[in-house]
Amino acid sequence: MAESNVKVLGTWASPFVMRVKIALHLKSVLYEDVEEDLLAPKSELLLKSNPVYKKIPVFFHAHSPICESLIILQYIDEVWTTSASSILPSDPYERSQSRFWAAYVDDKFFPALRRLLIGATEEDKKAALAEVVEGTVVLEGAFGELSKGKAFFGGDNIGFVDIALGSLLGWIEVIGKQCETKLVSEAKTPRLVQWADCFSAHEAVKDVLPDVDKLADFGLKLRAKILKGLAPTN
Amino acid sequence: MATNEVKVLGSWPSPYAIRPRIALNLKSLTYEYIEEKLWEGKSELLLQSNPVYKKIPVLIHGDNKPICESLIIVQYIDEAWSSGPSILPSDPCERAVARFWAAYLDDKWFPAVKSIGVAKGEEAKKAAIAQVEEGLALMEEAYDKCSKGKGYFGGDEVGYLDIAFGSFLGWLRVTEKFNAMKLLDEGKTPGLVKWADRFCSHAAVKDVMPDTDKLAEFGKFVIAKIRAAGAAAEMH
Repeated sequence: MAESNVKVLGTWASPFVMRVKIALHLKSVLYEDVEEDLLAPKSELLLKSNPVYKKIPVFFHAHSPICESLIILQYIDEVWTTSASSILPSDPYERSQSRFWAAYVDDKFFPALRRLLIGATEEDKKAALAEVVEGTVVLEGAFGELSKGKAFFGGDNIGFVDIALGSLLGWIEVIGKQCETKLVSEAKTPRLVQWADCFSAHEAVKDVLPDVDKLADFGLKLRAKILKGLAPTN
Repeated sequence: MATNEVKVLGSWPSPYAIRPRIALNLKSLTYEYIEEKLWEGKSELLLQSNPVYKKIPVLIHGDNKPICESLIIVQYIDEAWSSGPSILPSDPCERAVARFWAAYLDDKWFPAVKSIGVAKGEEAKKAAIAQVEEGLALMEEAYDKCSKGKGYFGGDEVGYLDIAFGSFLGWLRVTEKFNAMKLLDEGKTPGLVKWADRFCSHAAVKDVMPDTDKLAEFGKFVIAKIRAAGAAAEMH
């Protein structure tokens, strides 16, 4: 169904933006893609539509802009309600588990991944790597619980947790290559390895997967920008 | 009936532990409250039901459904007992707004409140206070928009954002006391001042809000512990 007033302010490199696009693809909602350059100063549109965090993605539909990717996902799920493409499960307990694990990805796993990317010293990187690997093992366990033998965290089809974690796969590969380690390994997380392939091949995902070499190049530039910003100015 | 029993593991000073209790009270649900004395070590039940974070609150529904993370628990309560009064708004846009501000309070605002107590030096303290005041100005605006002239962020009744924000009032008042300052202020945040009183005297809230003086005593104990840990770390 074509919706002329749906816009996503984001960037091709952001996993958080990717989440929103996957959700819209699942719901067959057409949208306008507005690209924000993360290496340039923030645009007027971004500063105006997300004054609190000044971050992408920002989602535009009907009323006020909506920020924070997991909040946007729930909004999309609640507005475009075809049960065939439900992002969250219908059972309240299963919903709470999906929310829990998506929050784990954002609150625990992603920060460790980010520390691994921007780690300034060998010690920082070593500590971050240990955390990331531990996180993958925890998520392997969660996959076992939530998937109930099916291909995705969401069961037969991709859902909230699949989107939350799957959107990080590009960065996981880039950062892994940088550290010369497979972060999602056959040895420790065989089910996640399989899941990653299924996820990446999914109809709603494959067209928004970033090119890994392009992402690696972007990662270097982003890391430099972040480290410059963190450097003490006094 | 074991399958319908609800248990809440909490700790009286924790703002997060207050949240599920308010939600259960709003739905007129009975539950068993289990106090974790966190400063004495974590119980088997806590470690078993929240192995990932080992934190309270945890809601245990029936025999085998532990739910963790306070805001996730509140949403669970709203959805599992859907016949009671609604906690989240029904409109998806309003739900997104409520979720946004609740997340902001947890991720940005309350950490700033906490940092006032342990700030090293006047500069750091001033910066933390400024952040807290900026947040309160945002929340005053949000209250104006969300309440639409009614008494709560949720409108006529206490809702998700009231619970998320209101649960921090105890510690906010302690912070005001310790620093001899008013953060919620009739001049700057008149709406919130009235809302805070209304919220704290609500039937679903008043029995679970800790007494400010008792909380202040506990606060001194915690700050002393954090400072001691900081001093010990600096000695290495």
